[in-house]
Amino acid sequence: MEELTAPASPTGTGGTAGAVRTVRAGGLTRRYAAGRVLRAAGVVWAAYTLSFLVMELLPGDPVAAMAGAGLQLQPVSEVRLAQLREQYGFDQPVLAQYVDYLARAARGDLGDSVALGRPVTSMITTALPPTLALAASALALALVGGGALALAATYTRRRWPRQVLLSLPSLGVSLPSFWVGLMLVELLSFRARIFPAFGDDGVRGLVLPAMTLAVPTAAMIAQVLATSLLTALDEPYIQTARGKGASRARLQLWHALPNACLSTLTVAGLLVGQLLASSVVIETVFSRDGIGRITADAVTVQDIPVVQGVVVFSAVVVVITNLLIDLVYPLLDRRITLAGAAAVPGAAR
Amino acid sequence: MTSPDRTHPDMAHPDMAHPQPAGDLAEPAAGPARQDPVLAVRSLSVSYHTGSGPVRVVHDLDLDLSAGETLALVGESGSGKTTTAHAIAGLLPSMARIDGGSVTFGRRDLVTLPERQLRALRGRYIGVVPQDPGVALNPVRRVGPQVAEVLRIHRLAPRHDLPRLAVELLDQAGVPDPARRARQYPHELSGGLRQRVLIAIALAAQPRLLIADEPTSALDVTVQRRILDHLGRLADAAGIAILLVTHDLAVAAERADRIAVMTGGRVVETGPARDLLADPSHPYTRRLVEDAPSLAPARARPARTSPGPGPAPLLAVEHLTRHFPGEAHPAVDDVTFTIGPRETLALVGESGSGKTTTARLVTRLLAPSGGRIRLRGQDVTTARGGELRALRRHVQLVYQNPYASLDPRHTIAQVIIEPLRAYRVGTRPTRRARAAELLDRVGLPAATLDRRAAELSGGQRQRVAIARALALEPELIVFDEPVSALDVSVQAQILDLLARVQDETGVAYLFISHDLAVVSQLAHRVAVMRAGRVVETGPTGEVFTRPSHPCTQELLDAIPGARRTPRQQPPAHLEEAR
Repeated sequence: MEELTAPASPTGTGGTAGAVRTVRAGGLTRRYAAGRVLRAAGVVWAAYTLSFLVMELLPGDPVAAMAGAGLQLQPVSEVRLAQLREQYGFDQPVLAQYVDYLARAARGDLGDSVALGRPVTSMITTALPPTLALAASALALALVGGGALALAATYTRRRWPRQVLLSLPSLGVSLPSFWVGLMLVELLSFRARIFPAFGDDGVRGLVLPAMTLAVPTAAMIAQVLATSLLTALDEPYIQTARGKGASRARLQLWHALPNACLSTLTVAGLLVGQLLASSVVIETVFSRDGIGRITADAVTVQDIPVVQGVVVFSAVVVVITNLLIDLVYPLLDRRITLAGAAAVPGAAR
Repeated sequence: MTSPDRTHPDMAHPDMAHPQPAGDLAEPAAGPARQDPVLAVRSLSVSYHTGSGPVRVVHDLDLDLSAGETLALVGESGSGKTTTAHAIAGLLPSMARIDGGSVTFGRRDLVTLPERQLRALRGRYIGVVPQDPGVALNPVRRVGPQVAEVLRIHRLAPRHDLPRLAVELLDQAGVPDPARRARQYPHELSGGLRQRVLIAIALAAQPRLLIADEPTSALDVTVQRRILDHLGRLADAAGIAILLVTHDLAVAAERADRIAVMTGGRVVETGPARDLLADPSHPYTRRLVEDAPSLAPARARPARTSPGPGPAPLLAVEHLTRHFPGEAHPAVDDVTFTIGPRETLALVGESGSGKTTTARLVTRLLAPSGGRIRLRGQDVTTARGGELRALRRHVQLVYQNPYASLDPRHTIAQVIIEPLRAYRVGTRPTRRARAAELLDRVGLPAATLDRRAAELSGGQRQRVAIARALALEPELIVFDEPVSALDVSVQAQILDLLARVQDETGVAYLFISHDLAVVSQLAHRVAVMRAGRVVETGPTGEVFTRPSHPCTQELLDAIPGARRTPRQQPPAHLEEAR
């Protein structure tokens, strides 16, 4: 709590005033947290509602589509369709359906998969671990690789190597994931035979998909971090540090990097959503199980409850990630207070 | 001040052993003899290499500095004084090149010394106090480690002692409650405290030379005085040579033993401070002396007399209060004043006293928590929509920083015409003619219309900002520190301009400043603020000659040059040396 209080006034108020300030700031923080949770819930609700609307607006009879989704080749009887309509509540007015679905979703019940007949919630929880392993290792690789690239590029003083290093990120972003994946498989699996090309058997199977997923992510992190580092290295406090006799490595790592990290953190938060989306392609290319795989399958057969479940799940992940990042931010830069008002240094009163 | 490396017994630790200072730079065994030359700069030339070819900014510069001596390098912005300081410290930006000359420090030429060896000198033997304390400290690092970093880089103390030494150094630099401050972040400290932290950093390793680049120009006069006093004391005690870079001749006169005046990249005059001020030989120095507001009291116009109480005040502010959420005290607390037509009221106080908040309340950029604001008798405290738009037309604001208040991408014509367009005054051709006329009024040629703000100097930009404020023929212009970002000679011109414009147009001014010397030239009446309250109001002459509140007295004392007398009698040790 102490860490989240507003910065002390430079005019130096007395001890009692300081205590009052702390209490007030505590209240602010709690109010802030409550507001953030409400907003997060709003985002998830909006994602759910939007996906519901899209599904509702799609042409065709959802029940017929769903019945067909079971991949039964023989035509479904009218009686069976009516049964299904009643089972899924499609005989109700749209609004009633929406309210009913929403109420159940709020309790964690996302309905049953039409294609497989299993509860969507349990499908997601089963598919989660492999995707989590993939996304987490890709993110870790991207942070290390992207960070190293940015530091190397800004540390290099010679013009040519520096320009080459600085242009690598744009290249990384523009390479399509499936192509990178296939190239890695070709080189490291078929030719060099180091890693398995497909499947999800343990850590070795994770390497190629994680690398593929990490390439564009690392590129974006490197791009943002390099720009922020260059900006930070131009700041007057770097000049102060040079005046102390600091070496270039020290200027970079001790002074510029912590300042440059902030914008990179924001980008990393946005990239988590990106990683989930990319896992659809990666898990397909590498034939791995996971959230991406069930999403791809569900979309192919129009398994509406599963698609909606994945949408809501992704929204929850993204919202939680960004909430965490917002909470970490003020710990890295104490000028930022959780109330959202940055204490501008030297602000005139 | 005791050197950390000498006070600490652990120095025998092999890793932390004091590196042998590069032979010829070894500190003198006994206290430094005063006449020891510390720095000798000979025919130094520096140029900037920009896209449009090299530009020479320092020409054949010579400087000498002895131990214990303070040399002030005085000049306006663009005179090359900061470049000179950076060249000496080896801190030039990458686009700058030293074309020739030598900088002899001890017995080494810093110009030819490789970067690695320069690094061993910087911070250890050459301390640097940077310009703007607001941005010169790393915002995400605590104060203590930033101070201790010098000792760490030069391995002057074992690691586990650094926190304690940082607190000691802060204490010596005059930071109250140093243990708490060391754990805080820079933004939690006031500008004055931050400058003390920077001084603690510069003096941490007990350098032989201290380069202070405008160390106090971003600070209030009262804080400025305290900092410079303290810096002088510390340096005196340790026999440190100081190169003080400043645009303020009054500061130089008060603090320096010798003054070197720079303009156009050359030193045009050097000499003992008192001789140089008493009898400036170069025309440029003469102009500087004349323009310094506090150095030439004879030049300051007699305090302007109030046009007398008119039938009704133009602006009447009653019991104005503004409370910021989360602050224990109101920023503006029960403030009452009036401004008559054609009158200038100066609102004076240190930063944090509520001056700027008052200006923002009066212009209704900020909503008051309590009190009344009347313009021509009409209550505008809660004006909204069209009423507020009308108010904005009659009350204009000119900001402190002309570099930030003009859109660099707009032409000057666009800048000045914008308010006319916003209020649908005139037609397209008449607006342009009006803009030219306004430029003429503020002393700029009509050709300026098609230039962009980025091409203009600070003084020219502030003239443009004034022209923009005049465009709608307001009844009141609020100036928030309009000249504190400008060089002294430009300040004098702008103040003259403001007085002339007021005489010609009859506009009233609310003039906000922390500098009483500036105020004395323009204001009819002065209101002194402290901690959100007005503590003294009165006609300018009266407030200056018979201040009734101690806060006013403090502000008066802080005017650089007001206490010039002590330095005119040089300290005893200097007499001995000569």
